[in-house]
Amino acid sequence: MGNALMNFTINGQSVEVEADIRSSLLDLLRNSLGFTGTKKGCDQGACGACTVLVDGERINSCLALAVQYQGRSITTVEGLGSDGTLHPLQQAFVEHDGFQCGYCTPGQLCSAIGMAREIERNIPSVVTADLSADSVAVDETELRERMSGNLCRCGAYNGIVEAISETLGKMQEGARA
Amino acid sequence: MSAHSDAAASRPGRWQPAVTQDPLLRKHGAQGSGALGQPVSRIEGPLKVQGKARFAAEFPYEGLCYAALAFSTIPRGRITALDTAAAEAAPGVVLVMTHRNAPRMKAPSLMMSSPTAAGASDLPVMQTDEIHWNGQPIAVVLAETQEQADYAASLVTAGYAPLPAVTSFDEARKTPRQLDNILGQPPVVEIGDAEGALKGAAVQVDQIYRTPRHNHNAIELHAATVAWTGDELRVHDASQLLDLTAGQLADIFGLEADKVRVSSPYVGGGFGGKCLWDHQILACAAAKLAGRPVRIMLSREGVFRIVGGRTLTEQRVALGASADGRLDALIHTGIAAMTAHNSCPEQFTFPTRHLYAAKSVRLAQEVADMDMLANTFMRAPGESVGTFALECAIDELADKLGLDPIELRRRIEPEKDPTSGKPFSSRHLIDAYEKGAERFGWERRSKAPRQRRDGEWLIGMGCATATYPYHRFPGGAARIRLTAGGQVTVSTAVHDMGMGTATAQVQHIAARLGVPLDNVTFEYGDTTLPRGVIAGGSTQTASIGGAVIAATEVFVEELLKLAGNDSPLAGLSLADVETRDGGIGHRDDAARFESYESILRRAGRGELVCEAEAPPPAEMEAFSMHSYGAQFCEVRVSEITGEVRVSRFLGSFDAGRILNAKTATSQFKGGIIMGIGLALTEETNFDPRTGRIVNASLADYHVPVQMDVPAIEILYTDIPDPQAPMGARGIGEIGITGVGAAVANAVYNATGKRIRDLPITLDKLM
Repeated sequence: MGNALMNFTINGQSVEVEADIRSSLLDLLRNSLGFTGTKKGCDQGACGACTVLVDGERINSCLALAVQYQGRSITTVEGLGSDGTLHPLQQAFVEHDGFQCGYCTPGQLCSAIGMAREIERNIPSVVTADLSADSVAVDETELRERMSGNLCRCGAYNGIVEAISETLGKMQEGARA
Repeated sequence: MSAHSDAAASRPGRWQPAVTQDPLLRKHGAQGSGALGQPVSRIEGPLKVQGKARFAAEFPYEGLCYAALAFSTIPRGRITALDTAAAEAAPGVVLVMTHRNAPRMKAPSLMMSSPTAAGASDLPVMQTDEIHWNGQPIAVVLAETQEQADYAASLVTAGYAPLPAVTSFDEARKTPRQLDNILGQPPVVEIGDAEGALKGAAVQVDQIYRTPRHNHNAIELHAATVAWTGDELRVHDASQLLDLTAGQLADIFGLEADKVRVSSPYVGGGFGGKCLWDHQILACAAAKLAGRPVRIMLSREGVFRIVGGRTLTEQRVALGASADGRLDALIHTGIAAMTAHNSCPEQFTFPTRHLYAAKSVRLAQEVADMDMLANTFMRAPGESVGTFALECAIDELADKLGLDPIELRRRIEPEKDPTSGKPFSSRHLIDAYEKGAERFGWERRSKAPRQRRDGEWLIGMGCATATYPYHRFPGGAARIRLTAGGQVTVSTAVHDMGMGTATAQVQHIAARLGVPLDNVTFEYGDTTLPRGVIAGGSTQTASIGGAVIAATEVFVEELLKLAGNDSPLAGLSLADVETRDGGIGHRDDAARFESYESILRRAGRGELVCEAEAPPPAEMEAFSMHSYGAQFCEVRVSEITGEVRVSRFLGSFDAGRILNAKTATSQFKGGIIMGIGLALTEETNFDPRTGRIVNASLADYHVPVQMDVPAIEILYTDIPDPQAPMGARGIGEIGITGVGAAVANAVYNATGKRIRDLPITLDKLM
């Protein structure tokens, strides 16, 4: 149960840190590196508040051992915008009131961006009607199903779906670029 | 230089609750001032979406150590052995604190027992070997990292001498207890002979309704970062009662009140749960013992073990009606589980005290004590579960009478408060029903159940009344600071847990003082600010309003003094003027005006600071003040699996003036969504043999997820309450009220089955 020196790319920056090898990626981000934008809501993969992007895919960072993610490119909420400008989805969350307390919000944002990429790659969900279609027909039900791993106790779900619907196209363009 | 009001003075133009209206209600142009009611986005929104809003567990300290808890595994008895040696020897451990070495601390006092009491329970915290509930903390481990603390806490072992414990509700209810009062109200209300009238009534409904325990389950885990500097205590908390927490901690640790500073700028959801529980007290004690700052963040299991939730209820509602739908008898009685050490009786009879006219009334509630974690207030305590019973019974009565449920409510709409006899300050329930019904398409509801079908899915509609009382807490103060540059800062130690407090108050202050939104800052969330009220019971907005009105009066009087004889305002008093356009003007003479900046400049002042305390809430004594709503639900129920899906929802509210269309709509929707959880999925399960919660995780306690939530439409009357500051009644709780019944009534309309036992799970419909 010793410490180890670990290397990551976080929000485009190389990071070297010595940490307990038992550390989850979530605790490493929050406690060792000060990326407190990523939130802990259950520490057992049930709430999605800790969602981050690893090489563009969304994961629950509480269920990820940090040592296993060395050398990978990790994006947290702090890395979504650029040069002080909000990511279009962040802006849409503000406009559509896609949060109240704001605690689940970083996870919702990262999850939605990862989800946009999954749709772009034509990965079906349990509610996808036509599995042989060339592209997933995105409707509200698809978005709600795919975002159901991110709990919001304040109940901002409708604003979240509105914000995602409005920006889904932009997010997919971003993913292709 | 500060100016303070003389709270007892009564001057012309001053807001006198229950006598005069908030001047903002008659202020020229306030209705369309552009600030009040507009859908302004949350001012802290950009910080939150960037992860820059700092929550309680996110404040760095040099030498910080991390805490983890070990919990008892029996409900009642004594600790006979407590082995901490392995934990103490584990890597990184700073210390292990138990009742043997914890600092001596006074027990918390029960909330509402004194002006500084904040205890959810009055049991001493880690002071003796006594165990009072299954899950009580028995040890705190501090270590250099969270991993080390968590591991070491797992090494703590305990032996117990158990004592008999009441852990089953069926056992507890054999010895019910009648409280002296229910939150200051009589536990029993009787008008006429309701039981007799029920027996003689032409149409009767007499049913038992059951609601289970619930947990708030805010997504932010309860957390605190605490640090001592000498005898000064600094607490970064996740709190909805800052000043009470500071006062209570001072009392527990024997400190002067001004030695404790608690702040909580962001709270990751509260709903009644982010109050003072054992974890903050234990963190402060352990930090004192270690001589180091401590961060404690409960695990989700830890939240279930030591933070209480809503208790279970069993309610009887009996209605006796004449054939034309007038109530001869209205009976609402029942029992709620409680512990001997808390002050939360779950006031489920409260909605019935104010909603409907009846010739005779009997309301009574009792409690049954159990040896369990103290239950507490959770969103709309009382009304959330009380409206489930009452509004299901009303629906059952409408069915028996062959009346539309809205028409029945029209016939039992009272002219004055049915139990207190007081006039209503403002009540537009039927209006809310009519607008909601039209918008929802209520006329498409079939009168008889099981008439609409889409394949395996039976479709039904239901409605129910929402209600929650208006309260304004006394004791809150506000400070207004005006700079020479025209910037206004209003400060009070209140809370924004996502309700939109700061945003709505910026709008309110801009409208009240006649300045642009951009010139206003609202400071909150820190006990160094003027004393604030708690964020609970939908009271905060009105309470802040009362304090800001009082501070504004002092502010205007001070400015009139400073303006002196060379001003167009010379000779005018508070009653003659209004604030507008960044200054003060004569109410009826547009020409007599001077800007704030000009007044300060001529007086040679760099700033003006005024502070005042809100006048006592006399309006609550004189009037029956409540918010109302009509909840409309459409469900689809699978005839094969019994699965219930809420397919449409509409809430039509009468909650006074709405201060921000965007955030208010979100708050109403959030309440409705928590109500969908109450209706369909949420239940905290205690093992009746051991008193231990068996579903202490978000995997096993089912809060609504994105897929459980349909499109929700919100309507509101926006009719200002003439007795309330800003004309606004609170809106935090009302959204959840009536939802359980609206869903259950829709399930009945779809299936013909009455489910009177929440949650409405699949098995109950098979």
